[in-house]
Amino acid sequence: MMAWLRRFYIWLIFFFLYAPILVLVLFSFNDSRSRSSWDGFTLHWYADLFANQQLMTALYNTIAIAIVSALVATVLGTVAAIGIQRMRGFKHSLTMNLTYLPILNPDIVTGISMMMFFIAVSIPRGMTSMMLAHITFCLPFVIIVVLPKLKQMDPLLYDAALDLGATPSKAYRSVIIPQILPSILVGFLLAFTMSVDDFVISFFVTGNGVNNLSIAIYTMAKRGISPSINAVMTLILVAVLIAVALVYYYVSHNKKITEKGWDI
Amino acid sequence: MKRDWVAYPYMGWMLVFVTVPLVLLLYNSVIIDSGSGTVRFTLEHFGRVLEPMYLSVIWRSIMLALVSTVICLVLGYPMAMIIANSSLKTQYVLIILFIIPMWMNFLARTYAWMTLLEKTGLFSQFLRWLGLPVTGLLHTDFAVILGMVYNFLPFMIFPIYVVLRKMDKSLLEASRDLGATPLMTFRRVVFPLSLSGVLSGVTLVFMPAVTTFAIPQLLGGGHYTMIGNLIEQQYLRANDWGFGSALSIILIVIILLSMALIYKVDRKEDGGLMI
Repeated sequence: MMAWLRRFYIWLIFFFLYAPILVLVLFSFNDSRSRSSWDGFTLHWYADLFANQQLMTALYNTIAIAIVSALVATVLGTVAAIGIQRMRGFKHSLTMNLTYLPILNPDIVTGISMMMFFIAVSIPRGMTSMMLAHITFCLPFVIIVVLPKLKQMDPLLYDAALDLGATPSKAYRSVIIPQILPSILVGFLLAFTMSVDDFVISFFVTGNGVNNLSIAIYTMAKRGISPSINAVMTLILVAVLIAVALVYYYVSHNKKITEKGWDI
Repeated sequence: MKRDWVAYPYMGWMLVFVTVPLVLLLYNSVIIDSGSGTVRFTLEHFGRVLEPMYLSVIWRSIMLALVSTVICLVLGYPMAMIIANSSLKTQYVLIILFIIPMWMNFLARTYAWMTLLEKTGLFSQFLRWLGLPVTGLLHTDFAVILGMVYNFLPFMIFPIYVVLRKMDKSLLEASRDLGATPLMTFRRVVFPLSLSGVLSGVTLVFMPAVTTFAIPQLLGGGHYTMIGNLIEQQYLRANDWGFGSALSIILIVIILLSMALIYKVDRKEDGGLMI
């Protein structure tokens, strides 16, 4: 009885989570603008989508911004984590507060305060402002992923490298960085995901008609329902599923992770 | 300590792009720029927040966010328990199934509900088929709450799941051996021990819920539904930075207050457990 109830509950919740997505996928192939009746199979909306300059540019912007800002945030954040790890006392708590501030701040406040800042110092709004904003909100996430790993490491490793004649930077490059590489990678992926998914901050800091995918969908959805969005959504779902399958394959073929569990 | 200067570029970056904009926000909330270069200090913007019309928006935002948080807790807690009590492999699969929708664009997910909730949408049709007197559900409070629960439910489930998974199972056996019914074990042992997860979950759901503007804009349809919409209006339509900044400061205060409240409950419960 309990087992049956449990199963039913799981199905119910996942039905709630996936039904809307599946309906959109289904209707992205529907040969009519309607969302209530099925009028035959078509790839019409996909053709529409690829011909839709606004959406295609938005897609390109989203990916370009995510790659650049995640890369910059990962490099800057990892170097910063190395420095923060050596800080003590007031300086350490100041830096950590500076790190938590944008995480705790509501996105809408981050967005509008940055927008006013960019206007005040005349930074061109559009690609530049979006990149700067994305790097800023990605940085803390890189740090909160990389810093604990650095703290976990045996400090003697670094000393040993120095004793064996390595310069400090050599010690970092060949001893410390390889050890924390998995965390750096997780930090990068987290930053990339945050950037791709961001709507609110981008929405406020952008200008000159430069859109990312979220802004484009928002503008289109506000104007009314367009089947091309169904097609975009289906493509995103396919991309996510491929990514998940790859990660799942990697994890299940990697003994170290399967034995130790989640905590990478 | 030695060589911590490598973190200075980062600190400089954050000071410029996080702290300076926030100071600017604070500054804008207490000044009036009359255009000709004369700036004077005022509390007028904060005074406007106290007008009944705006107070009711703030009240409404808090209520909608609270209702969504409670629904997330009621729906999410059993789910977190089910996941935590599954085999390790099932845990992986269930967690991944929760993460997949989160990786789809947030706006696209909200859009998905737009199509289901409108008058001819499948969800409305389904409810009519059940015999409920439903004409489109889009642009109602129900739609806004649904959208919030849908988007933020995983934020409630994950922290509770993490705490439940780490819980010492021998405590449950001890409770049963001492004669407690399953319900008593839950009330006296499991739930109190998972409280830190519940409080993180509540924080993670309430904060994005109270500050959201895309969900009420798309699903609620109205112009002054939540604080987020009100703030957006000041920047994108009314061009009233002063009032917008004051509202943002109020929003930060609401969040700080609710965090202090949650933190206080957390502390009290920790103390209680010690005794």
